[in-house]
Amino acid sequence: MQDLLRRYGTGLTTLFCLLVAFWILVLVILPNFSMLFESFFPYLPVAELGGPKDVFTLQNYEKILANPIQTSWFGLPITLPIHVSTFVDTVFFSALVTLMTLILAYPLAYFLAKIASPRSIPTLLLLLFIPMWVSEALRAFAWYIILTFNGPLNALLKALGIIDQGIRWQNGVFSSYDAIVIVLTYCYVLFMLFPIYTSITSLDTNQIEAAEDLGSPWWRTHLRVVIPHAKPGIASGCVMVFMLSAGSLLVPTVVGSTKANWFPQTIYAWFNDALDWNTGAAYSMIFLLVSIIFVILAMRVFRVKLSDIAK
Amino acid sequence: MNFRGTTPTMSAGIDLENVCCDFGTFRAVDNATVSIKPGEFFSFLGPSGCGKTTILRMVSGFIEPTEGAIRIGGKDVKGTRPNQRPTALIFQNLALFPLMPIWENIAFGLEVRGIDKATRRKKAEDLLKLVDLPGAADKMVSQLSGGQKQRVAIARALAVEPSVMLLDEPLSALDLKLRQHMRAELRAIQKRTGVTFIYITHDQGEALAMSDRVGVMSQGRIQQIAAPRDIYDNPVNGFVASFVGENNIFEGDVGPASGGIAALTGPHGAFRARVLPDAAGKALKLYVRPEHTVLTRAKAAENSVQMEVTEVAFEGAFISVHGQAAGGKRLSAEVKNDGVTPVPQVGETVFASFDAARALLLPDANVRG
Repeated sequence: MQDLLRRYGTGLTTLFCLLVAFWILVLVILPNFSMLFESFFPYLPVAELGGPKDVFTLQNYEKILANPIQTSWFGLPITLPIHVSTFVDTVFFSALVTLMTLILAYPLAYFLAKIASPRSIPTLLLLLFIPMWVSEALRAFAWYIILTFNGPLNALLKALGIIDQGIRWQNGVFSSYDAIVIVLTYCYVLFMLFPIYTSITSLDTNQIEAAEDLGSPWWRTHLRVVIPHAKPGIASGCVMVFMLSAGSLLVPTVVGSTKANWFPQTIYAWFNDALDWNTGAAYSMIFLLVSIIFVILAMRVFRVKLSDIAK
Repeated sequence: MNFRGTTPTMSAGIDLENVCCDFGTFRAVDNATVSIKPGEFFSFLGPSGCGKTTILRMVSGFIEPTEGAIRIGGKDVKGTRPNQRPTALIFQNLALFPLMPIWENIAFGLEVRGIDKATRRKKAEDLLKLVDLPGAADKMVSQLSGGQKQRVAIARALAVEPSVMLLDEPLSALDLKLRQHMRAELRAIQKRTGVTFIYITHDQGEALAMSDRVGVMSQGRIQQIAAPRDIYDNPVNGFVASFVGENNIFEGDVGPASGGIAALTGPHGAFRARVLPDAAGKALKLYVRPEHTVLTRAKAAENSVQMEVTEVAFEGAFISVHGQAAGGKRLSAEVKNDGVTPVPQVGETVFASFDAARALLLPDANVRG
């Protein structure tokens, strides 16, 4: 603070602080509190607002437990409330997207950080970035075209003789969420790549060589030296990709099959179709809370501290 | 203790045969041939960029030679990855694993070989005793001092029972006192274990004090391979003479040699000095060490140059006297601080003289023309 005052003077420093305070309080904290507040009150016609029915209630939260349906979970029949089922699917497939991006990004990050010649790095990074200059909506529609029954992917696979019949990707081969998982993986892989790339870059190459010199095969060097060092990057990449995937509305809307429901779509339906902002707010709160708990649990399991991620 | 320290027979010799290494158009190592004996402490000495680290990385397997062959224990190691070679490299920055406790660092090479945890732990503790660091097993790398890290790096390399230890200027990061202590320590560990040590350094004191033999390098070429004493007393060229110590250098025309002695006639007079048989036909200069240069008031019978004393520096055991001869030529001499030898004053005119047997006529460094 002293440093800031000395460098920019009282006027500018005050302006900075006010702007930051405005951003945090008015644009982040206040709307969230407003949502939290609204989630505890019933959705009423305008005439009844402030009337005897406008009282504190948990009924918005209870709605998520309504409407049980028969569904199956890895072949096991199970009865779940329909929105809980959507919720579980969203968390599970977001975790799958996180895993897929990790599997794709880690080798690439290692290659960029330690193997590629420094001269080729700018070109390679540019090639990675160019697709990201296109808006997410357009990229999702591009994938819609790629994955359609008479689209280029099926044409390619047929031309290569890998398949005889076209595959209905949007209906899914493994699950009805296939298309969503593929497109989310594509959209968010760079959010996994860059934190890992940055953390591997900071690893002393001598340590990798020392491990090899001591007789370590490549996989053990990664397991014992590179991955432990890159863990903060891996963790922050995972948190980012998971939260972005679980919160994605556009991709599931564009490429999702009729059987694939993504929880943000449910929330959107409450807000936009039912115009019931109170229940929508309650669902958002549940989603936020459970996602945070899920991330914290995952961090516990992988022994990552919050301060590691902030690095 | 199942440590090979008691059976030095397993250490391996190393042969480099006409080894060259190119980086693009730059030749880092040029035609290096050297035969290092099992159990020998061999140093490569040279300024930075002379190719000594490249040699070390070729022996450890991180770089393949462009030409020539490297044999470890008689076996050609071409195409063998570092993790398949019986060598252990100690990096200049040590490259300890900061996220593992000390004992796991030391036992990493054993973990790789699938040895069970209890045995690994025991061996790590034994090695910590060997390097005089007992009780550090569960500390983290960041908790150790520079000298202690050094010892851990040595223990980690010894744990895999290498036939050859490769050390890349491992003492350069330590302060002077610790460096001198670690020199003795390294030498003692080498003697105890009998492992062949190849040591890379730009510090001539280090190389001379520790090694059985030294290879002096310049611009990718090995200039001379000899015992430390020989390197200092009988350098084969001007580069070696200058790199391993101070010299007074005289230029001039060299006459024919007789009995290993030749005459050099130049602007500072005529001198006589030793000359090597193979030096005939090369451009030679006369090199004589300051400690072999004697200062007298009267002109000596031969090899005597008049100079004016410009600086007298007290060094403790000796006094370093610098002077200027005709034409601004700077000369220096060391006067023993024995209370008997007279010490000249600044401004005094004295004669700097030397014995013909102590002076050498040497060609310049052996470099590509």
